[in-house]
Amino acid sequence: MPFLPDSEEQVTRYSRHILLPEVGGKGQQKIGQAKVLIVGAGGLGSPVAFYLAAAGVGMIGLIDSDAVDLSNLQRQIIHQTPDIGRPKVGSAKAKILALNPSVAVETYDRRLTAENALDLIGRYDIVVDGVDSFPAKFLINDACFFARKPLVHGGILRFDGRVFTILPGQSACLRCIFKQPPPPGSVASCQEAGVIGALAGVIGTIQATEVLKLIVGKGRPLTDRLLDYDARETRFREIKVAKNPRCPLCSERPEITRLVDLEPEVCAVRTA
Amino acid sequence: MRVTINGKTEEVSGSTVLEILRAKDVSPQMVAVELNSKMLEREELGSALVKDGDAIELLFYLGGGD
Ligand SMILES: [Zn+2]
Repeated sequence: MPFLPDSEEQVTRYSRHILLPEVGGKGQQKIGQAKVLIVGAGGLGSPVAFYLAAAGVGMIGLIDSDAVDLSNLQRQIIHQTPDIGRPKVGSAKAKILALNPSVAVETYDRRLTAENALDLIGRYDIVVDGVDSFPAKFLINDACFFARKPLVHGGILRFDGRVFTILPGQSACLRCIFKQPPPPGSVASCQEAGVIGALAGVIGTIQATEVLKLIVGKGRPLTDRLLDYDARETRFREIKVAKNPRCPLCSERPEITRLVDLEPEVCAVRTA
Repeated sequence: MRVTINGKTEEVSGSTVLEILRAKDVSPQMVAVELNSKMLEREELGSALVKDGDAIELLFYLGGGD
């Protein structure tokens, strides 16, 4: 629902945003009209969904095919103990609406695929990557490029986190750095290697902040630089990257000209 | 030779990026490499010469999110 400047409830709810010169009533209006798709309602998706809902983002889309598992609750803070067994998107939707009933929530209890990605992403203004697998991360990167939608990429594993914002066609994309996913099985996922739970909050809240900056059009987006966080040492590092003239996706002569599903990863450990 | 790898100064042996990766037991498949802020193609790693004082960034895949 758009922000209603004549509603006392709305003005009070968003007063700490409206006070900011970078946001103000106009920025809050933009936030209320924005549509954001969160891919993955897990570790990163939880804080992203909470903060975007609290901020009054007009429409939040959630796509995830999983159900809440006991082992998720150490970090996926939008899900709670009574939600175990419930589809993650339904669980997350309930928390979003409890926090801010004026947010429109669309849920997709399925996986993002080459088949459905462009249609889904096309309905939104900005996309947030909160998925766990490399094939999915590359699919999101590619789909956002073809759909020309800004993407806020995130990753967490063990004590390491990363955020990277991509403005398709304008700034470096994931494939400008890594041309393709790593060989299946060569890099661990959270469920194989573990992750310190609060790391999801650090990285997810930076992603949410990036989304809000993009919506209001203020500040400098985290483009052409990776922000890497080492929680062991509490150290942030920024690594400059650039659009790669040999990128297989976003360069002048791309090798990738349409969306394809990448090899699903073979997971050594599966905790059902 | 002393080079800066991911922000930390290290003593390394090897004259090319590929030799330094090998010495550090890093597979070229698993990393994107910047030498003095310039992204190298995988095929260039063996011919990219490293000098004293150079800065190398090893960007590892980071995939989790769930
Ligand atoms: Zn690219």
